[in-house]
Amino acid sequence: MTQLIQRYEEEMALVRGGAAWTGLVLLLGALAALPWLLPGYYVYILNFVGINVIVAIGLNLLVGYTGQISLGHVGFVAIGAYAATHFIRATEASGVVAALGGPFWMAVFIGGAAAAVFGVLVGLPAIRLEGPYLTIVTLGFGLAVQQILINWPAVSGGRIGMFVPQPALGSFVLGSDRSLYYLVWTVVIGMSLVAFNLTRSHVGRAFIAIRDSDIAAEVTGVNLKYYKTLAFAVSAFYAGAAGALLAYVMQYLEPTMFNLYESIYYLAMVVVGGLGTIPGAMFGAVLLTLLQYGLSHAQEYLPVIYGGIVILVMALEPMGLYGRWLKIKLWMKTWPM
Amino acid sequence: MFFWQLVLSGLSIGSLYAVVGLGIVLLYRTSRVLNFAHGDLAMVTTMIAYSLLTSAGVVFAGSVALTLLAAFALGSLFYFIVIRPVKEATLLGQIITTAGFALVLGGAAVVIWGAGTKALPFPLSRFRFYDVFGLRIDQLTIGSFIVSVITMLLLYLLVQKTKFGLAMRAVSQNDAAARVLGIPVRRVYAVTWGVSAVLGAIGGLLLAPVTFVSPTMMFDPFLKGFAAAVLGGLDSLPGVIIGGVILGVVENVFGGYVSTAFKSTVAFVMIIAVLLVRPEGLLGRKFQRRV
Repeated sequence: MTQLIQRYEEEMALVRGGAAWTGLVLLLGALAALPWLLPGYYVYILNFVGINVIVAIGLNLLVGYTGQISLGHVGFVAIGAYAATHFIRATEASGVVAALGGPFWMAVFIGGAAAAVFGVLVGLPAIRLEGPYLTIVTLGFGLAVQQILINWPAVSGGRIGMFVPQPALGSFVLGSDRSLYYLVWTVVIGMSLVAFNLTRSHVGRAFIAIRDSDIAAEVTGVNLKYYKTLAFAVSAFYAGAAGALLAYVMQYLEPTMFNLYESIYYLAMVVVGGLGTIPGAMFGAVLLTLLQYGLSHAQEYLPVIYGGIVILVMALEPMGLYGRWLKIKLWMKTWPM
Repeated sequence: MFFWQLVLSGLSIGSLYAVVGLGIVLLYRTSRVLNFAHGDLAMVTTMIAYSLLTSAGVVFAGSVALTLLAAFALGSLFYFIVIRPVKEATLLGQIITTAGFALVLGGAAVVIWGAGTKALPFPLSRFRFYDVFGLRIDQLTIGSFIVSVITMLLLYLLVQKTKFGLAMRAVSQNDAAARVLGIPVRRVYAVTWGVSAVLGAIGGLLLAPVTFVSPTMMFDPFLKGFAAAVLGGLDSLPGVIIGGVILGVVENVFGGYVSTAFKSTVAFVMIIAVLLVRPEGLLGRKFQRRV
């Protein structure tokens, strides 16, 4: 099972051993094949799964790794979605960037960047605040974003809402759910890779040090101001990029989509999956998003079941489902001891 | 005159925020749990009052008494069933657990009572006015202000003048030491949960004639109560009252002169500004931690 690590490159490798590589290739193969095997509506749902995976990974970097609470993450998603949509509309109108072959990849980046700017702004109070006090600041941010969108028709399109143009690469339009699926999941894979590498770099170690004890981290030379704001910015970038993708998938934006409950759902994904682990965040996002759509015919029971599952996981396995999986793995490794 | 009119109604709504916030603070300072289900607990108990008043036909005073009892039972029940098993959880774990409970309560309310809004038969009217020093005040505003002040006084007496209040304060300072001294800590927690839920129920009942009864009726008041608590300092009972009143007045004056659309936004911006200067809230104790 565990092989002896002999070279530095082996120690640094993200994927270790033949079994892990096989698993990864199988997973990627399955992801590539899924939209051809499933009917259209399921592909549409998988797009939402991917978007929530991105948000959950970003939120986990903030909550699970850095130990800062955010109850306003939906605000970042909203900012990303609207920034991207305005960018697409502006470029479409001017026709300058269209010559470059359609700016959809740029829109995702701009959605993320716009959210990251606000992430820094929200992160600044976090330098001084903690616990419940930080909660109210992030909560207030999320509510403020929604209220401003509702009351500012120039940005949000008012009561009519706002339609999002389809992403295009030159004359090739990514109109179908299947082509959007590849866009969404390429971003998911790319951003997961970034997150995996970020958490094992010195930045990730600084995040974890802040989570475990910010005073001790500061004493050992971690710049608290810098890393706390950075954590907010990175996390907001993930949410913003997801927001841009959400705009593409929904093709329609409306401020009431971005309510407080979404923020709680995002947090629930991270906690149910497992705090402080990236596979955990992915797992939680996939599970809870599928649950949400799986129960779509029993919509009125959704909050009860959702809340019940969250309470159960918290009561039985505070480490989340991924924590349970690690325990099972450990047990199998030492079996039959 | 317009200004004082705004201040006055701000004072009244602020005292309701304070009552809702008191429940949050009472719980937080005793057990260090931030209860995100506080609003939904209050909503469900108001729904119970609605059912008692309309379908069961109980008189108003009787339904209020039964509702408060139900609130107490629901609060302590939640403590025994959910919070005790996850008591080791971090702040985030508690937020998630109580938010999960809030989802369950909110969802259950929709299933049982439906998502529509209902009018709660209330003995005080919003449309009967009195002239006090040249200001027009409606019956409901006066009534809810008086009830909130009485509630605060009763809570003060409970916390400061009774043996149980002493036990509560002991548990909030150091629960291990309290346990060693023979204080039944679990019972204190359970009763605190109950009292907190009762405070929420009082807030819900007083808000019902204004917001009407619906599964989302307590959403905004809960956030405001929470905000008032944070503004005043989460471990200070007088703090939340001051916080609630400031919040209510600022929000109302801003709403009257500038714009009602951004009323809540301004309230939150103000709180963030205050927290930047005083991170522990207006009357909160300074954070003191060791590595």
